[in-house]
Amino acid sequence: MAVTAETIRKTTNDPLVIAGRMYSSRLLVGTGKYRDLEETRRAVEASGAQIITIAVRRTNIGQNPNEPSLTDVLSPEKYTYLPNTAGCFNAEDAVRTCRLARELLDGHDLVKLEVLGSEKTLYPDVPQTLKAAETLIHDGFKVMVYTNDDPITARQFAEMGCVAVMPLAAPIGSGLGIRNPYNIRFIVEEATVPVLVDAGVGTASDAAIAMELGCDGVLMNTAIAGAQKPVLMAQAMKKAVEAGREAFLAGRMPRKQYGSPSSPLGGTFF
Amino acid sequence: MKIMLNGQEKSLQAPVTIAALLQDMGLGERRVAVEVNREIIPRSRHGEVELKDNDRVEVVFAIGGGAHGSNRRNNT
Repeated sequence: MAVTAETIRKTTNDPLVIAGRMYSSRLLVGTGKYRDLEETRRAVEASGAQIITIAVRRTNIGQNPNEPSLTDVLSPEKYTYLPNTAGCFNAEDAVRTCRLARELLDGHDLVKLEVLGSEKTLYPDVPQTLKAAETLIHDGFKVMVYTNDDPITARQFAEMGCVAVMPLAAPIGSGLGIRNPYNIRFIVEEATVPVLVDAGVGTASDAAIAMELGCDGVLMNTAIAGAQKPVLMAQAMKKAVEAGREAFLAGRMPRKQYGSPSSPLGGTFF
Repeated sequence: MKIMLNGQEKSLQAPVTIAALLQDMGLGERRVAVEVNREIIPRSRHGEVELKDNDRVEVVFAIGGGAHGSNRRNNT
């Protein structure tokens, strides 16, 4: 639904707003690495995610046309598809992928931009990402951009018109959790667009920490698909993101060096 | 004539439209996007655009994909 300042004020359920659309879930999930499409569907449903990333790839030559495809099990009418430039190592390939995705999805213009710079660390190539973002924004795309956890880079992406900035917590697929909470915090403090942690989450507490730092959402794939029980982990992540968000909004107690009793000391009878 | 279809050579008896090629690939009903020589051909024109000798054609669709790329490069 379209969002105005008025609708946000009237909404009590704290929606995530991206490119003028409201989402009640702050967990975004990928649809790769699952055993089969049925497991993908069950995990996505358990996660409560409303935005799901997809990849654009060649149709297999001679594939069985009767086999179900992703669009059959997770309807693009029900979920917001987020085409992803995963696997691109230069701006040109990333832009080409987004244009094909837009044609594929009937003009859908929300994309996740990712341009990688290293096969080993899978760290983003920031200059190439900036170049691709500029072209895509000029071309009318709404760009959610994957980047490193550098506050200055994050600010540049926001200033140029990206609709969300998505810093990594740790290398893609590493499951190492939030390695630099101070940087994520700097990015959140300066943010003029939603900030989502993207990459590096390993388990539910990592997602909760991202949300407690004030992030607007978390995007993950391997943490769910790579768990021994992916559907159960999807459910755990849903709760972790909700709990982390509520804890952030609640405002945590200050940390103290020494103990502080929670029962009154006066009136004791011993 | 022959074309390069998704990176593989394919022989065609006569000039065919994109729509006919997709039908031949069993993708007539599928949600796909088509690029010919790096130019996207909108779905509305699949019935009229005929392929020429040596055209490089890419037919892509949406698959489960990650939040991220793997370390396998997708060279074309």
